[in-house]
Amino acid sequence: MLEIKNLHASIDGKEILRGVDLIVPTGEVHAIMGPNGSGKSTLSYVLSGRDGYDVTDGEILFDGKDIVEMPAEERASAGVFLAFQYPLEIPGVATMTFLKAAMNAQRKARGEAELTTPDFMRRVKTAAEKLNVTQEMLRRPLNVGFSGGEKKRNEILQMALLEPKLAVLDETDSGLDIDALRVVSEGVNALRDPGRSMLVITHYQRLLDHIVPDKVHVMSAGRIVRTGGPELALELEAKGYADYAGEAA
Amino acid sequence: MPAIQETVDQVSQIDVDQYKYGFVTDIESDRAPKGLSEDIVRFISAKKNEPDWMLEWRLDAYRRWLTMTEPTWSRVHYPKIDFEDLYYYSAPKSTPGPKSLDEVDPELLAMYEKLGIPLREREILAGVEGASDRRVAVDAVFDSVSVVTTFKEELKKAGVIFCAISEAIREYPEIVKKYLGSVVPVTDNFYATLNSAVFSDGSFVYIPEGVRCPMELSTYFRINERNTGQFERTLIIAEKGAYVSYLEGCTAPMRDENQLHAAVVELVALEDAEIKYSTVQNWYPGDKDGKGGIYNFVTKRGDCRGDRSKISWTQVETGSAITWKYPSCILRGDDSQGEFYSIAVSNGYQQVDSGTKMIHLGKNTKSRIISKGIAAGRSDNTYRGLVSAHRKASGARNFTNCDSLLIGDKCGAHTVPYIESKNASAVFEHEATTSKIADDQLFYCLQRGLSSEEAVALIVNGFVKDVIQQLPMEFAVEAQKLISISLEGSVG
Repeated sequence: MLEIKNLHASIDGKEILRGVDLIVPTGEVHAIMGPNGSGKSTLSYVLSGRDGYDVTDGEILFDGKDIVEMPAEERASAGVFLAFQYPLEIPGVATMTFLKAAMNAQRKARGEAELTTPDFMRRVKTAAEKLNVTQEMLRRPLNVGFSGGEKKRNEILQMALLEPKLAVLDETDSGLDIDALRVVSEGVNALRDPGRSMLVITHYQRLLDHIVPDKVHVMSAGRIVRTGGPELALELEAKGYADYAGEAA
Repeated sequence: MPAIQETVDQVSQIDVDQYKYGFVTDIESDRAPKGLSEDIVRFISAKKNEPDWMLEWRLDAYRRWLTMTEPTWSRVHYPKIDFEDLYYYSAPKSTPGPKSLDEVDPELLAMYEKLGIPLREREILAGVEGASDRRVAVDAVFDSVSVVTTFKEELKKAGVIFCAISEAIREYPEIVKKYLGSVVPVTDNFYATLNSAVFSDGSFVYIPEGVRCPMELSTYFRINERNTGQFERTLIIAEKGAYVSYLEGCTAPMRDENQLHAAVVELVALEDAEIKYSTVQNWYPGDKDGKGGIYNFVTKRGDCRGDRSKISWTQVETGSAITWKYPSCILRGDDSQGEFYSIAVSNGYQQVDSGTKMIHLGKNTKSRIISKGIAAGRSDNTYRGLVSAHRKASGARNFTNCDSLLIGDKCGAHTVPYIESKNASAVFEHEATTSKIADDQLFYCLQRGLSSEEAVALIVNGFVKDVIQQLPMEFAVEAQKLISISLEGSVG
């Protein structure tokens, strides 16, 4: 599904990713952990094609195809989804309107017919109920005045509706209390699918209690420095990132 | 004084030239020669078969105009206009005054189609009966002469007069005499005075006492002659307890040379009357290098002359190279209300200096201003507004909200509010925000699969929602599309 080879990327001339190698097979959930500034969020932006990052070397193979030159919206339609650490607000645009615009834009890009309104409503209703997203929330402008938990649930709702092949979850646990964390994690777990890969980026182990990964990677100074099973997260929790500080410097 | 002397000299010089070609007697010609003089004013008046009083009114305006200078206080920049290099009268090629739609040039009808006149209205223009329960009467203005006026008879049954102002001058001189220039005086400003001298045509609406106009009245403008100054003149009168909603929509084809458009719109609302005036303006804004485009210097003003009267302006401005426009309300009657809802979009090298004036004269008068300015490209977008309370305007209230949205980093948004209160009991509120479509907001939309153009359209439509909701339904959809089209290519 996802194969990153020797990925180097920089922003404003400063190299952040210094040769990332990573393979996430189809249907697996991988976690990336690491200290602040190790390049985790940059990796999520480079994967999703955000402007301003220069890929200076390496490849990102998605479904076997290099997507480094592909514009962000095409990657989205091809099935790359990023759940934002800080979801953006769009005043005056109802959440419902945004969902429909996004779903239809992707369908159009894939050459599929636009959803009929009843079909769209049914899909939203089903997905929203699972995530405790109320009708009232769907009518409010996108993320405007949403609590931290509401914003993250809204991200997972979008992921559920857009049905990506690869979901990158960037610090989805940040700003969540225990209850909200559980709701969001359950939402994510419900979307685990043999045809879908996930890359869960987090600073803390606690999210991985809820979303148990197949593999854990440790990122430091712009590279994957260690890979292991779920137990690696527990080890990091106990010992901290001190062992990797040397490589970060 | 030298400048004025120069103008006078130029004018007399041109008079001589023009006389040489004998144009003054050539009433049949479709177009007056370039330039402006008393003879041109007489020519226009004669073309319209106007009564003497109208000619005198025009000549008086022309003489006053000669003594005036162009205003320079607005935040717009353009090369000096050579008023002698413009045509002040031009008629469309088709035979004037058709008796029915069959007589209308098919090319004109085809142009309506290109203009995107809603299907239903086109059907009405094409004479399809019962196209809709809610009918729209269209008084189409092509360059300078009203070509088609529909539903006139039916409106007449309700006692509503909706016709070309040139016709009103001939048919209803007493009403025209009473109200023309009563809201925007002949001497109001340089462009209004020029309009008073040379106005070509426009709409006249009269709603008698207690009548609710049975349909929305609509005028489409189009400038389609090279180098033609357009000087529309519109006068709308709502008698006691009357109601009317008037829609105005405009487009213009591509062209290189700048065109001057200086319209005057006067609204008069008597006791308990209400006038709703909506505009969608998308004249040619100039090319990507800022070449060409319409100069839109408009004077629009409504007079809430009677107690409890109400005037509401709604405008969506996307076109023109330069827009200079302040639809205003004089709240003269006690308990009268004025509203101004505006969306002004500028892209490329467009310059917009627009806003409103709410003049509170009567007691317990209320006004509301919602202005949304969107600047993209290298454009400049200024809101300029005045809210004032006269010393007798006790209990006057105003709420103003001015929001600006910037797209890119080469455009400018400016807000210039003037507030004057001479009455201690007046309550004026002003809110203003400036925001930018942030890169991360755009990226968020792209990441969900929207193209950058779809993303901008979505964000902008959210931004202008409060104003779009004020538009009549058929305009709202068109306006949203128009805004998206106007901002194409503003990112990426």
